[in-house]
Amino acid sequence: MRRLIFILPALILVALIVIFPAAETIRWSFWGWDRLEMTEFVGFDNYERLFGSRSFINMARFPTQNPPWGALIHNIVWVIVFIPLTALLGLFLAVLLREVKGGSIIKSMIFIGMVVPLVVGGMIIRFVFDGRAGIVNAALRTVGLDDLARTWTAFPDTALLSLILGSVWIWTGFAMIIYSAGLELISKDLYESASVDGASPWRTFRRITIPMVKPATLIVVVMNLIYVLRIFDIVYVATRGGPGGASSVLAFQGYLFAFQQREWGMASAVFTFLTLAAAIISVVLVRRVK
Amino acid sequence: MKRPRIILYVIAWLIGIIWVLPFFGVFVTSVRPFGEVVDGWWQLEEFTLTLDAFRQAWNHPDAPVGPALLNSLSIAIPATILTIILASLAAYAFARFEFRLKGPLFSLLIIIMAMPGQSIIIPLFAHMITLGLIDTRLGLILIHTAWGIPWAVLFLRNFFLSVPIDLEESARVDGASDLTVFRRIVLPIALPAIVSIAVLQFVWVWNDFLFALIVILSPDKKVVTQTIPLLRGRFDIPWSVLSAASVLGMIIPLLVFVFLQRYYIKGVMAGAIKG
Repeated sequence: MRRLIFILPALILVALIVIFPAAETIRWSFWGWDRLEMTEFVGFDNYERLFGSRSFINMARFPTQNPPWGALIHNIVWVIVFIPLTALLGLFLAVLLREVKGGSIIKSMIFIGMVVPLVVGGMIIRFVFDGRAGIVNAALRTVGLDDLARTWTAFPDTALLSLILGSVWIWTGFAMIIYSAGLELISKDLYESASVDGASPWRTFRRITIPMVKPATLIVVVMNLIYVLRIFDIVYVATRGGPGGASSVLAFQGYLFAFQQREWGMASAVFTFLTLAAAIISVVLVRRVK
Repeated sequence: MKRPRIILYVIAWLIGIIWVLPFFGVFVTSVRPFGEVVDGWWQLEEFTLTLDAFRQAWNHPDAPVGPALLNSLSIAIPATILTIILASLAAYAFARFEFRLKGPLFSLLIIIMAMPGQSIIIPLFAHMITLGLIDTRLGLILIHTAWGIPWAVLFLRNFFLSVPIDLEESARVDGASDLTVFRRIVLPIALPAIVSIAVLQFVWVWNDFLFALIVILSPDKKVVTQTIPLLRGRFDIPWSVLSAASVLGMIIPLLVFVFLQRYYIKGVMAGAIKG
């Protein structure tokens, strides 16, 4: 019994501050709210209102017109662009920097985005895409693409894209170090026998490297899915979800529902969706860790 | 060096430099007056070195960054220490003791690790008001501690499992209690793992924005991540002041990363879902 002392303090704190509130969020999504007072059980009403809300999903505009397409669609677009880009870039950098002298210094440089506060990351995204002071636009002008040079975060057609590209810049360091560790595990013999057989670098990459880093790819994809569900800070700082909701995402939209519009029912429904998505994704993690 | 090697070398460094260029730009902007950088920090016709922007950010009327740095420290240090104490005890139990519901509890920890902070902020906000913990440092410290525990437990449990049990058993034979074994034998061995946790948890709490946004409301209690969004001007964005605030806000995590990189990366590699 005295051994309970070891586990109880941590367990009680986590139960009170994480497990219990997470369960409440789910329960509250099935209740009606008048400002901050619970009124009555309403079943799936909040979810129906959510799917009727254009800030959540706006199929009338997707994909033929510019955003806003609704936070749910923006999150899905984010996943589709962000995950392959970070994985491919991460693997490319891991392979390249393993070969290069001073590669570990360059890796540290690329990893900085994962170390600094995301609000700083968001501020930098706003900064580099600024029409006057931004270096991305200066680069575009230099190569003659003057039409594209403007404050990307301020226009509905480019706000979401600039945030997604910014997030790739911030998070690629993670995929890179996971792949770097994965590459370490590949035996040198495999590469040697491939080169004895006269395989081209591309063939070696496709036939040896890619299959051998499959476990790393799984980690990268799972973790990056979790990161995308959490995207909040950079949206808050760089665009406030705008213009006109064109760069809003679920974590941010739920925050607006809860703390600006005082719509706790709909906000709880959004966050319940995020919780369940995270729980489903974590099944992969549970299997891996055990 | 053969020629292809040199080409790879150049490409690699070019990518690295482009990658950190935005950070470099923030540093340059922070030490130059707004008028000089409004058309780009790389414009060098005029070049004035000044700490004005730091002074303005530090004492800003709406969002003073100087006091905010102290506020961040006063949250991050206790939240890190508490997490280490509670998580190392629990992790030891998960590694060495048998108890009921151990398996399910462990799975639950992993599911919690994957959840976004948004999963809990609405009820937390409501209960913190009821309990009088809203707008208090204690409230935010407790949230960060609870939020950090699952990951820290997992990391330390795996570490404990990799340590041979012999030493602990011989101490028990000599009559040492569980707590004595833990304090005298286990903790010293676990020091490198604990440093990893301290480093990551500290940086994570320092970098947090969401929980602080929900809990801390008084201007004089705001942490540094809360001040940065407040520094955007109404029309022109004051890039120099914003950059200075960003430099102040990121310098501590950066230094921690530079000097304790080995521990930092080890923590991230061990399956850190924190971000």
